[in-house]
Amino acid sequence: MDNIAGSKSSLQWAVQLSVIALVLLWLFPTVGLLVSSFRTADQIATSGWWKAMFPSEQNLVIRAADPDDEGVQVQQGDLWVIEGNLFALDGRSQGEISVWGTSSREIDAYAAGETAELKDGQQLTVEANGDYRLTAPEQMTGRGQRVFLTAVAPPEFTLDNYHSMLLDPNNSEGMAKAFFNTLTVTIPATVIPILIAAFAAYALAWMDFPGRAILIAIVVGLLVVPLQLALIPLLKFHNNIGIGKGYLGVWLAHTGFGLPLAIYLLRNYMAGLPRDIIENAKVDGASDFQIFTRIILPLSFPALASFAIFQFLWTWNDLLVAKVFLIDASGETTVMTNKIVELLGTRGGNWEILATAAFVSIAMPLLVFFAMQRYLVRGLLAGSVK
Amino acid sequence: MHPALQGLLTIAIGVSGCIGYFYFSNLILDRFIFPAKGPNAGRNITRANMVRPWLFLLPAIIALGLYLAYPVIETLRLSLTERVPVPGGGPGEYAYNWVGAENYVKMMAEPKFWEAMRNNMLWLIVVPAFSTAFGLLAAQLTDRLSWGNVAKSLIFMPMAISFVGASVIWKLVYDARPEGQEQIGILNAIVTSFGGEPQTWLTIPFWNSFFLMVVLIWIQTGFAMVILSAALRGIPEETVEAAIVDGANPFQIFFKIKVPQIKSTIMVVWTTITLVVLKVFDIVFAMTNGQWETQVLANYMFDKLFRANDWGIGSASAMVIMLLVTPILVWNVRNARKEMR
Repeated sequence: MDNIAGSKSSLQWAVQLSVIALVLLWLFPTVGLLVSSFRTADQIATSGWWKAMFPSEQNLVIRAADPDDEGVQVQQGDLWVIEGNLFALDGRSQGEISVWGTSSREIDAYAAGETAELKDGQQLTVEANGDYRLTAPEQMTGRGQRVFLTAVAPPEFTLDNYHSMLLDPNNSEGMAKAFFNTLTVTIPATVIPILIAAFAAYALAWMDFPGRAILIAIVVGLLVVPLQLALIPLLKFHNNIGIGKGYLGVWLAHTGFGLPLAIYLLRNYMAGLPRDIIENAKVDGASDFQIFTRIILPLSFPALASFAIFQFLWTWNDLLVAKVFLIDASGETTVMTNKIVELLGTRGGNWEILATAAFVSIAMPLLVFFAMQRYLVRGLLAGSVK
Repeated sequence: MHPALQGLLTIAIGVSGCIGYFYFSNLILDRFIFPAKGPNAGRNITRANMVRPWLFLLPAIIALGLYLAYPVIETLRLSLTERVPVPGGGPGEYAYNWVGAENYVKMMAEPKFWEAMRNNMLWLIVVPAFSTAFGLLAAQLTDRLSWGNVAKSLIFMPMAISFVGASVIWKLVYDARPEGQEQIGILNAIVTSFGGEPQTWLTIPFWNSFFLMVVLIWIQTGFAMVILSAALRGIPEETVEAAIVDGANPFQIFFKIKVPQIKSTIMVVWTTITLVVLKVFDIVFAMTNGQWETQVLANYMFDKLFRANDWGIGSASAMVIMLLVTPILVWNVRNARKEMR
């Protein structure tokens, strides 16, 4: 059938191009933030991130070496000379200078390779590769000569942002603590509901008892109850039993909110397992408990993995539940999503900080996503397609 | 104790607690309460098997009841009461006085509530419609493409990104600088390159809601695509082949043959995204916090509960969300019951 539909090659081209356009459109925003997280604050503020990938023409102001510094000035014959490379002084790897000047009013006064006459008989030559030579009849003093450059510089990226957001212990805005807090919330909140749900799902799938159909209907109903309703009653409840705000509360809350989906997914999957296996085991004298742990649980691995990924992504990315049940006034237990929202408020324009913070938080889910996409898709299909 | 250690301990206690509970409760049931021996062995086995499902279900029922069912009732009660400090009581002591529908009346009188309602209705129409349409388009276009799976995976990727992360990503897209400066937000860079004036997109009332919706559409399209793509694969080949033989063009095949066959899946996708939209909180909270007329119900409720500390109106607005969800709840339950028969 491919060849029949594919006979219209112009249509095939249109399809290819539209998919490319769609994919680019979907990737573009994320790539923008990713690129920004590897640029310095200056670079982000002076040019759009889409220009960062290509060599760009930049206007730079670089100061030549200070004559007062030791060893900078050397006497050659009757001239005092300072030599060096402007790009090296600025900490850049390389660049190509087209024009330059010595005053902010005339930044394009000279072409690369030309010599400028300065005051007191000084002469300055700047080459295209950044090498400069400053000569004077007398010993020079004061600060280094400023040079205004128009240069084509290759793209430059830096890991400094990640270093300061993750590894710098003095950075009060660092994400390291929040990262571990998020991890601390996520792992128990993923593991515990799976166990509880698996037993319940087995009972709902393979045990016969009155009220089973109604229980399943209730689970399906609870699947859509907005968790907004649970905030105040549960906060009250946690305060009454003495848990207050803290990890225990947030683990319990995530367990409760994750259960309907867990039971629903696992029950659907278990109900689809072949009846023969279970009946044979029963004939052989296995108890329900044995059937469950030895046969059903291993066979249900794909469904367990699906739910684990859902629950992991959901708890890792959650803001509301953490804000209500975990984060107290001290802010010691803040999670990454909350930290990012705070940064959006206080550092709204500092994109190097925001972009890096966001990517620290996004990296883990993306990793899980690309590694386990198969299970995620399978879980989605089991949860929705009827 | 270090929280990470506490976390590990909780996993250990939680997991061994669960396994221990299930193991020992079964053991006790079979050995001591209804032992499968003696004169009553047969009757005991039957009885044990009647009790066992409830042993398996007990933890789940307690958790579901406490964390989902009870809050619905409690929120309803709170929405009909007013929280006042107990005279002479401590700082955490409150009395809940019955006020009937007063909270609802007060809420209805607030313009902010109606703004949230209006925006929520807009979200409810726009986001599911566009997500489903884009998802269907992407599913159909990538269906027979050699690199279709790569394309799908990239369009699906935003699903893994948190709403907060997505908000940061899109805030950079919408970033605005004063006129004359280099624009670092792509949208304004495009506008100014065509000679337009830079706009602060998120502060333009009415239209800014749509800029927020774009974020959710961007996230949900991947979900719609994955589900609809599976549905498209499930369409019997013969129906498509028959249409080709009859001379149908690709557009007719898509709209007249394929779409009608996956209608029920489209409904499921639509309602699932509707549920996400009704609860949308993070995006509005992180991007505008409901300013410039972008308020939505979930954020309005959060404001009332935790900023204004008004539990009555906060609960009332939560009940409004519940009310909006109820038709989908009923529809889902009915579908599930139909299937089980």
